Amino acid sequence: MSANSRNSVRVVLESSDISRALTRIAHEILENNKGSKDLVLLGIPSRGVPLAKRIAQKISEFEKVVIPVGSLDITMYRDDLRLRPPRALAPTEIPEGGIDHKVVILVDDVLFSGRTIRAALDALNVIGRPSMVQVAVLIDRGHRELPIKADYVGKNIPTSLIETVQVTLADFDDASENVTLFGGEG
Amino acid sequence: MKKHLVSANDLTKDDAVLVLDTAKELAAISDGLVKKLPTLRGRTVVNLFFEDSTRTRISFEAASKRLSADVINFSAKGSSVSKGESLKDTAQTLQSMGADAVVIRHGSSGAPHLLATRNWINAVVINAGDGTHEHPTQALLDAYTIRKHLRNNTGDLSGLRVAIVGDILHSRVARSNAILLKTLGATPIMVAPPTLLPVGIKDWSGEYSYNLDEVLPEVDAVMMLRVQQERMNDAYFPTAREYARNFGLNIRRQKTMQKHALVLHPGPMNRGMEITAEVADSANSVVIEQVANGVSVRMAVLYLLLGGTNNETGDKN
Repeated sequence: MSANSRNSVRVVLESSDISRALTRIAHEILENNKGSKDLVLLGIPSRGVPLAKRIAQKISEFEKVVIPVGSLDITMYRDDLRLRPPRALAPTEIPEGGIDHKVVILVDDVLFSGRTIRAALDALNVIGRPSMVQVAVLIDRGHRELPIKADYVGKNIPTSLIETVQVTLADFDDASENVTLFGGEG
Repeated sequence: MKKHLVSANDLTKDDAVLVLDTAKELAAISDGLVKKLPTLRGRTVVNLFFEDSTRTRISFEAASKRLSADVINFSAKGSSVSKGESLKDTAQTLQSMGADAVVIRHGSSGAPHLLATRNWINAVVINAGDGTHEHPTQALLDAYTIRKHLRNNTGDLSGLRVAIVGDILHSRVARSNAILLKTLGATPIMVAPPTLLPVGIKDWSGEYSYNLDEVLPEVDAVMMLRVQQERMNDAYFPTAREYARNFGLNIRRQKTMQKHALVLHPGPMNRGMEITAEVADSANSVVIEQVANGVSVRMAVLYLLLGGTNNETGDKN
C-alpha cells in the first residue's frame, strides 16, 4: 500500500454493519430459494470461507436445519496464472452429498472484475453439476470485466480503479473487523 | 523459488514446505472426482530419459497430464542419441520444438546442471536423477510421505531422525534426501559398510554409522536403498548374503524399531537383499504410498515452476 499522504483510508463497514449485511443475505437466500432445501454454500478462499460459514450459521438459526458448507479453491483455474508468480493453493472441501442437483451459493468477500467467479464456475464444472449456481458477496465494488453479477450483495461501494477494498474479519485475520477503502483522492 | 530444480540445494526451507503444502492440496484433488486441472494447458513438458526408469517417468507423465500439459516422451534408445548426437544438439532440438520444461534423467552426474546453465534452452530444467549425483523430486516425495505420517501433513520435519541405509556411495536418492531432510530440520543418518560410504561423508549434513542395529531403535523412519549392481564395478562387499545379513532390513530388525517408525524404499526393491518381503509388505511400510505421493509432489513442482510467469519465479541463479 502506498504511503502517499494524499491517499485516504476510509472505513466503509463496521463489524455490526457486516453482521447485519450477512443476516440480510441469509434471509434473501431463503426467500429467493423458497427455503433451505438443497442449498450448499461454498466459500472462495481465503475470506469467502469464513463468510460462507457465518451465512450458513445464520440460515441454520432461522430454519433450524444444518446447511452444508465447504470451500472451493479456484487458483488452478485462474486466467491470470501466467501473469504472476505461482500462488499457494488453499483447501477445497466439498461437503458430503456433493453438489449434483443442489443449489450452490458461491460466497466471496469482494466482487470486482468477475474473473474469480468465472474461475469458480470452471472449478464447479469438474466437481459436479449443480441445478443452479448463485453468487453472494459482502462488497460489490464494480468494474466488471465479464458478464457476471451477484445475486446477493452486502453493500455496493462505488470505487475508482486506483482504490483498493480490504475486508478484515475478526475470526480470520485476528484483527478488528471492518471493510476499509484505501487510496484515491479522499 | 529458483527457475530450475537441479539439486535439493535449490530449495530453501520455505520453498520445500511450499512444495509439500501444494502437493497436499493437489493430492486432495487427485483423490476426488477431478483428475485433471487446466492449469498448464498449452505448455509442453519433455521427458528426456537417457537412462531406464519406470516409476519416475510414469510419475512425471501422469503429473504433467493431470495438469493438462502436453507431454513428449524421449528415451535415448531409438533416438538420434544412439547415433551419437550430443546433449547440446538434443537440447537445441527441444528448444526449437518449444519445450517449456525438460525433465531429464541422465547417467552422467551434472547433465541437468549443464542443461540449466548453458543457455542452450530457455525451458525449466527438472532433474529426474543424474548419475550418482541427485534426485530431488524423490527426496521431496520421501519428505512428503514422512511428513504425512509423522507430522500430520503440515510444517517441517524438525526433530525427526531418519536412517538412510545401503549404497550411499552410488545413490543420488541418498544425497538429495540428506540435503532436503537437513533443510527441513530433520537429522539424516547414513548407514552403510565403509566401502559404500563416499569419501567425503564427514562433510555431509547429518550423521553416519557402520552399524544398522545400533541406529534402528532410535529412528523415526528408515529409508532402504537399492544395491545398485549396475554401478558396481568393484567388489564393495564379499557376498550378497553377507550384505543382507549385516545391512538388510528383516522382521527381527524391524521389531527393534519404534512402533511409529516408517519403512521407505525408493524402488525398485531387491526383495531378500536390502529388504525382506515381510518387511516390504508390513503395516509400517509406505513403499506403495510413496509412488502415489510421487505424482502429487511432481504436480506441485511442475505447477510451481511452470504455472506462473517464468521471469518472476526465478532466474536468480
